[in-house]
Order: sequence, then C-alpha cells, then structure tokens
Amino acid sequence: MEIDNSSINDTSPYGIPLTVTTDQLDVEEGIEIEKIRALAGEQHVDEPIEVPEGLERNLMVTSLDALLDWGRSNSVWPVTLGLACCAFEMIGAVMPRFDQARFGMEIFRASPRQADLMIVSGTVTWKMAPAVRRVYEQMPNPKWVISMGVCATSGGPYFQSYSVVPGVNRIVPVDVYIPGCPPRPDALLYGLMKLQEKIKRDSVVRDNNPAQKKLLEK
Amino acid sequence: MTLELTKEYIIPLLVDQFKDAIDLDGDQHLYINADRLPEICVFFRDDPQFKMDMLRYLDCVDYIDHFELRYALLSLQKNQSLTFKVRLWGRDTLELPSVVDVWEGANLQEREIYDLMGVEFTDHPNMKRVFLWEGFPGHPLRKDFL
Repeated sequence: MEIDNSSINDTSPYGIPLTVTTDQLDVEEGIEIEKIRALAGEQHVDEPIEVPEGLERNLMVTSLDALLDWGRSNSVWPVTLGLACCAFEMIGAVMPRFDQARFGMEIFRASPRQADLMIVSGTVTWKMAPAVRRVYEQMPNPKWVISMGVCATSGGPYFQSYSVVPGVNRIVPVDVYIPGCPPRPDALLYGLMKLQEKIKRDSVVRDNNPAQKKLLEK
Repeated sequence: MTLELTKEYIIPLLVDQFKDAIDLDGDQHLYINADRLPEICVFFRDDPQFKMDMLRYLDCVDYIDHFELRYALLSLQKNQSLTFKVRLWGRDTLELPSVVDVWEGANLQEREIYDLMGVEFTDHPNMKRVFLWEGFPGHPLRKDFL
C-alpha cells in the first residue's frame, strides 16, 4: 500500500519530525496488519443453520452430565429380587394403580446384567446373603441399591436373630433406605424419586473416570 | 370329614407283636417306643384297617428333660387319620430311626428337625442342614440356645 506523505508537515514546533513520532508509526502498524490479514486468507463466515419448522421450539443446548443424568434417572431398570413380604408391595407399585412406569422403571429385568437398580425388598438371611451379593456383583456399572423396609435396613423385628443379616449395608452399599414394615407403594415411589435426585447429582466424568478424578483434584 | 382315630380305638387293633412297643403310661395320646418305630410305621401304612399312606406332618417339641416328636398320619383311601408320639430322653445324643423308607415326604421334615432341634435320624439318605448353613453353631429352636 502506498502512503502519501506529501501532505504531512515534516517539522514540528519542537524540532522533532512528526513522521517519526506518531503518524508514521500508526501507518506502519496498519501496513503490518494488512499483511497479516492478507496471509491469513479469507474470513470464514458460518452460515446460519436453518431449523425445520417443527423443531423450532424443541432444541436445547446442555452439558453432557445433565444429558446423561437425565437419561439415567429416567430409565432405571430394577432387577427382579423379591425376598419377603416387601416384594408384594414392590409388585403393587408396578401395577397400574401406582404405576411405577411413570418413572421409566417398569421393566423388571430377570437378569442382573441388564439391570441398574437392586431393590432389596425384605428380610435378608445369612443363607441368602451370598446370592444377594452375587446379584449385586453381576450388575454392570453404574448401579444403585435401595434397601426397602426395616428388615433390609437394620434387621427390623429380626434384629439380633441368629439367621438374619442386621442390615443389608453390611453386604452391599446402599443408596436409599425406605422405612416401613412393609412400606406402602407410595413410600417406595418416594424412595425411587429420592434415588432419581441422587442420580441427577452424579457427574459422569467425576465418578467413573479415575484419571479425570485425579486431574480434578489437582 | 376325616375320622380321627383315638388311642382306645387303635390299641386293640394292633397285633400282639406291637403290644410291647406301646407306652401305656402316657396320657390320652398314643406313645410309641423309639426303637420299634420303623416296624410300626410300616404296619400303619400296610395294614388294611389303617392304610395310612401319607405322613401329614412331623414335628418336635423341646420339654427340657425330653424331646417329643409327633407323627400325624392320614389315610386317603379310608379317609381317616391318627397321631402318635415318640419320646426321646436326654439332650446330648438324640437318635431316632428314619421313616423316609416308609413315607418319602419325611425326608425334608426330618432334615428340618435335625437342623433346628438337633435330633439325628439314623438311616436317613441325606442327613444335612436345610435352613441354616454348614458350620452353624448349635440348633436354634432348642430351649437352651442363646
């Protein structure tokens, strides 16, 4: 770019040439910027995305955590594990009157390998303890456990019995405890909602990736 | 209605070989000596006057100084039933002949009594614990447990 310096006065009142002080520096800076812009190529402009008419109010931008927690908390599949009388309340919660399917949990899987949630519904005897433990270990991560009723929570009326486990948390880790003998299906549904709140607080990266956990701790 | 055979009805029907197997000192119940138990069970099952083809239940009571087992029999052919008892004295070694050969339904019930009360049934095909695990200390339905 040619700069026309003919109109600039070469001498200032203080004897210092103006071209050296400000004007010429600014001009040189402008030349440098224009060179860089020429080397950088043309500016790429994103074209606006055309949203189809039906989706205009149906798109949402969120974080991966929120998306996965939302998905997990609304598709918790329990494993079929009925131990005692609490199991009938659990069955009643699935039936249409209480309709556990509203929370996406109506599919009781016959195999623990397809399940996310173990509802320990009833008394756990020491003879049954290895089976409960094995079912828990066969479930894939992430997995949750609900202790339903006082028997599973602390032994209940069979506390200090010779054959009853005093609390299922001695065998498997428990997320939600539901009191009652047996708890009504309403109570079970409340416990399931509490579990959903807990799942929604989880962070996918923080909980399941040890390397990432170390990074976050630093 | 099933007819419940009483002690007074049963004792005259027993043949002479079982006269000494019956404990006549008992109360209104029919008491059988433990060593003659399998023979008299076969007799109750096969005799045409009894035809007891089913063992309804078999239970055991701890009376501190002795144990009492109750056998409840039922005849589906003649629609009648009877109950007799067996006493076992002592607490340390309790042994009784098994009746699994007579009624197959006694298998699990005898194992349950062994598990919870500690009465050992000789000649039982599978004398192991049912409800509790191997290595459990003691028999929990005894009066002196805990």
